[in-house]
Amino acid sequence: MSKFKKKKDGGLPAISTASLPDIVFMLLFFFMVVTVLRDDNLLVQNKLPKADQVEKLKKDRSVYIYAGKPSSRYQDKYGSEPKIQIGDKYTDLSNIKFALTEARQKLLPELQDYVMVALKVDEKTNTGMVTDIKQELRDLNMLKIIYITTPGNEINQ
Amino acid sequence: MARRATPEVNAGSMADIAFLLLIFFLVTTTIEKDKGIARQLPPKEPPTDEQVKIKEKNLFIVNVNRSDQLLVEEKLMELKDLRQAAIDFLDNGGAPSGTAEYCDYCKGKRNPESSDNPDKAVISVQNDRLTSYKMYIAVQNELVAAYNFLRDRESERLYGWKFTEKTKDLDEGKIKGEAAKDALQEKLETIQKLFPQKLSEAEPKKSGQ
Repeated sequence: MSKFKKKKDGGLPAISTASLPDIVFMLLFFFMVVTVLRDDNLLVQNKLPKADQVEKLKKDRSVYIYAGKPSSRYQDKYGSEPKIQIGDKYTDLSNIKFALTEARQKLLPELQDYVMVALKVDEKTNTGMVTDIKQELRDLNMLKIIYITTPGNEINQ
Repeated sequence: MARRATPEVNAGSMADIAFLLLIFFLVTTTIEKDKGIARQLPPKEPPTDEQVKIKEKNLFIVNVNRSDQLLVEEKLMELKDLRQAAIDFLDNGGAPSGTAEYCDYCKGKRNPESSDNPDKAVISVQNDRLTSYKMYIAVQNELVAAYNFLRDRESERLYGWKFTEKTKDLDEGKIKGEAAKDALQEKLETIQKLFPQKLSEAEPKKSGQ
């Protein structure tokens, strides 16, 4: 009779799940894009020290130096003395300059002058080793460094 | 032969497949969050006989030995007290009022035996080669914290915001517009000039020396 008669009384309509794959795909693409598969295979133990007065690292203009004891699976072969790693292999102190120049060349040409050296050093390493690395960096005139740390503080723990 | 209509592919499992991939990427993703303490190394210069003279009262010597113990101004100190000690030293403003060196924004004790003003005050860190890196970073962190504390105080007094927070905003690109960025940069530099970071690092001694 009336035009506005309710068709049904009560009963929730089923929620359409037709757009679910689209939503999931969107999320999937997001994560695929932001994912960076680790480019350096860590050969050394790397437990970073804690600090809270930190700045952000500009990733596009940095080269990494790792230092620390060799990882447990490499210890039979390389011993347990702390070693320096640049790129994918161990580097000798005298070889740092060459390895760093090589690493710098992989950056964008316009950013090579603003290169920053990110030092990822294990907290158990001696400061002496870090000093040696810094001396080499001064020789190379790569003066901007950043000690990578994890959030936290040494005092209140 | 009659062309058969291709049967429609069932897309019902699409969501499941996508979910599976999604979960894989969720698990493997590590969003890089490298942060750290930035430093500028001194450039290599030919050795000169010229000695830079710093008055002893303007020098704050932090010594770390091979067993990670702190010696600050020739007194043993715990790490937790280092920040306050550094703040007291930087903020001292010992130069008498009326002189060119007088620091009108310092709120320290104005002890004539300690630093003249923040511009003159130099913190010198001396490490042993066998000091652990953990301790080294902890000391650096405390000293940077002392500077940040004082800079925060001054920027709150002058502009009403915290130096560290605005620096962070600038870093993260939260400040929009070139003009706003330049204006902020200028203000930050003013604050930096009030408390310039003068951290010197001596060549570490050989162990036992």
